[in-house]
Amino acid sequence: MLRFVVRRLLLLVPILLGLSILIFVWVRALPGTPADALLGERATPADVAEFKQRYGLNDPIYTQYWAYLKTTLSGELGTSVASHRPVTTEIKERFPATIELAVAAMIFALGFGLPLGFIAAKKYRTPVDHGSLFLSLIGISIPVFFLAIMLKYVFAVRLGWLPTVGRQDVLIDADHPTNFYVLDGIVTGNFAASWDAIQHLILPAIALGSIPLAIISRVTRASVLDVQSEDYVRTARAKGLPPSQVDRRHVFRNALLPVSTIIGLSFGILLSGAVLTETVFAIPGMGSWMKEAIFNHDYPVLQSGIMFLALVFVIVNLIVDITYAFIDPRIRVS
Amino acid sequence: MRKGTKFALLLGALSLVVATAALAGSSRSQAKDTFVVGAEGDPVLLDPSLVSDGTSLRVTYQIFEGLVRNKPGTLKIEPALATGWKASKNGLVWTFPLRKGVTFTDGTPFNSAAVCANFTRWWYRPTQLQGDDISYYWNTVFGGYAKPAPGGNGPDKSLYRGCKTKGQYKVELILSRRSTSFLGALALANFGIASPTALKKYQADAGTVGSDGQFRPSGTFATTHPIGTGPYMLQSWKIGDKLVLVRNPKYWGTKARTKTVIVRPISDTTARVQALQTGEIDFANNLTPQDAAVVKGNKNLKLQYRPAFNVGYVGMNQKIGPLSKFKVRQAVAYGLDRKSVVGAFYGGQGQLADQFLPPLVEGYARKGIPQYTYNPTKAKQLLQEAGEKLPVTLEFWYPTDRPRGYMPDPPRNFQAFTASLEKSGFKIVPHPGQWRGGYVSGVNGGQAQLFLFGWTGDFGDPANFLNVHFGQFNSQFGFNNAKLFSLLTRADQETDVEKRTLLYQQASVMVMQLLPMVPYVHSTVPVGLRKNITGYRMSPVELEKFDSVVVG
Repeated sequence: MLRFVVRRLLLLVPILLGLSILIFVWVRALPGTPADALLGERATPADVAEFKQRYGLNDPIYTQYWAYLKTTLSGELGTSVASHRPVTTEIKERFPATIELAVAAMIFALGFGLPLGFIAAKKYRTPVDHGSLFLSLIGISIPVFFLAIMLKYVFAVRLGWLPTVGRQDVLIDADHPTNFYVLDGIVTGNFAASWDAIQHLILPAIALGSIPLAIISRVTRASVLDVQSEDYVRTARAKGLPPSQVDRRHVFRNALLPVSTIIGLSFGILLSGAVLTETVFAIPGMGSWMKEAIFNHDYPVLQSGIMFLALVFVIVNLIVDITYAFIDPRIRVS
Repeated sequence: MRKGTKFALLLGALSLVVATAALAGSSRSQAKDTFVVGAEGDPVLLDPSLVSDGTSLRVTYQIFEGLVRNKPGTLKIEPALATGWKASKNGLVWTFPLRKGVTFTDGTPFNSAAVCANFTRWWYRPTQLQGDDISYYWNTVFGGYAKPAPGGNGPDKSLYRGCKTKGQYKVELILSRRSTSFLGALALANFGIASPTALKKYQADAGTVGSDGQFRPSGTFATTHPIGTGPYMLQSWKIGDKLVLVRNPKYWGTKARTKTVIVRPISDTTARVQALQTGEIDFANNLTPQDAAVVKGNKNLKLQYRPAFNVGYVGMNQKIGPLSKFKVRQAVAYGLDRKSVVGAFYGGQGQLADQFLPPLVEGYARKGIPQYTYNPTKAKQLLQEAGEKLPVTLEFWYPTDRPRGYMPDPPRNFQAFTASLEKSGFKIVPHPGQWRGGYVSGVNGGQAQLFLFGWTGDFGDPANFLNVHFGQFNSQFGFNNAKLFSLLTRADQETDVEKRTLLYQQASVMVMQLLPMVPYVHSTVPVGLRKNITGYRMSPVELEKFDSVVVG
């Protein structure tokens, strides 16, 4: 087991190195430079030249990459060209927002996806099953930003039930020791703030969770159908166990195995979906930050931010793999 | 219990959570005495001398005040921390008597020493802070430093010479040459006077230069302790969430009507307007014509318009191809159907422009401007007279993104102009570009032949329009005309207001006679407000103080 984990951890090094080169080159392939973005229409060609000189943008790309690698390895992620704040400070503030949103989206996806898939399998080839297929197709095919805009328009703008922007009502005074707003409210005993943060999460979580929901319900359905015809289920039934116990103990638990992998993979979907969701709902997380950084050609933010997200993604998948290996010995051996 | 029923119950429970939350949300109440502003983003820093973006300046304008200011809602200069001003005969020494009994919000007194301390701070700015990305306005107005960065402008190039205290309540600003636009420029939010004690205590200029070449302030002046004399002071600022300003109880003038102002960053325009609809914000800045229509159709909201203080134009680079010929440029002017474009794409907010200056700026010429009414026949005739073979091919640059006040929908402007030019003997080769993706630098670098561009003024002076563009060689237009350059220099140096206006009027006419570009629109910029907000006074230059705002 230990060897497996160490091997996987060592594999991270080339992955991250390759990623850093890719990101570095890709960011510089964007049309325009930070000078265009920051100096705007008031910039004279001399200003642009001076700016490029000052930020080392005229050096050959490998020199720039080497400088970037050196500073990154020393733990310094640079300073945002747009906000003049250290990237690490911004990550500390923004990452919790994204995680909170992703967790809420996942809770929504699991809360609705698992039952939906299970019921569809139980009602195999009935209108309920077809209905669930239809819903999943919609979930997968509607673009996240469109769903976000529609949800917001109906439930916030038209009906006025839920807030449209941000993480917290501006009139609420709350401390944020951890920057996870729901948790902060509970920790500081300010339950009104927690409740308000939850309200701000509902619509974005539904929008962002729609795709994982669809995938989870389809995988659950297929998996339940598979497990139902296994010998041990038939044996359980033959023993005379009540159907609800067979479902709970033998079918559902075993059917959950493939779903747990999906959760890890969905994390990538959630991170990419967060870019659009956070923008539509004006949530100050990693996603809206990346979008702004692209518009501003904010190289340090793009490089470090994407690298950080990639690292998180890789680590989450590693954890999923390890958990899986723990659950299923066949994986460890191969 | 059957499995299906169980899950149905679970589903029901989850829906219940959503519904309860929703119902609780609907009871959200609007607090009076708080004005919530929806901003395009977070301020960069709260030190006005270190920023040039509108969002930062709008906030610092509430905290800091300059010696002079724009009379609310106009471009007229009136006293602020100074009680008046007087220029010496040679125009090089400007005396400002100061207001007595004013204190900074840290309790220290405002006096002549404080004013000179601020000017000295800007004048001795650390070299790493001298770039245009940080010190754009000082560079534009004064143009030099006591100790310049290598290759930068030194005292010989600077308009500023020094600041002298004359007793406790009088200062003299000394200039190196005559300039009258300088007074208008002093009204910029950037020249707000900060408490020298706070500047020192909270280390406004301390910081390190990272390996990425960027300055990181280590002090807290620009983030948590911006201390000025204005009607509001900073209470708290959490980036990405909100910035809270509270009334300055010791303000020397009329105290702010509304106790608290909250600035909330919402970068997406649609999201900003929706938040206005739901009442999450009270004010949304810079609406597009589409958003303005939404606001207009909502009974809880209202629109206000910022007077036109910009110009949208079709630029022509005389260094590229046939545009060096005056007749060809005239043909372009006759070939642009400007009236249709302004009528179709500005939602009634555009005014047809016949000159570079907007009407409310001093120096706007009421007569003598050559008129170029759309006339394809005349355009073709002019091209033939110029000895050109029809059709004349021109490369037309236009931005695909980043709509601006003077250009809410650039691609459509481009399409309409292309159609009218092609009827007038031209063949247009489109050259689309991303605003920040090389478009602006291409145009400013002189690579664009024919291009869509524009300008929004920084301060209420014709120099900020005409001298900036036509006062010296400008690679954008590839344009050189010694006579116009000297006329504009004379106009800027003239201290007599009437003579100055006359000189600028002459210059306005002359620009249109030389035709480096064809102006087509001055547009008003709409902002959205909740109906219960009164007393919001619009400024052409966006310098709007919130102290007169009342939340009803």
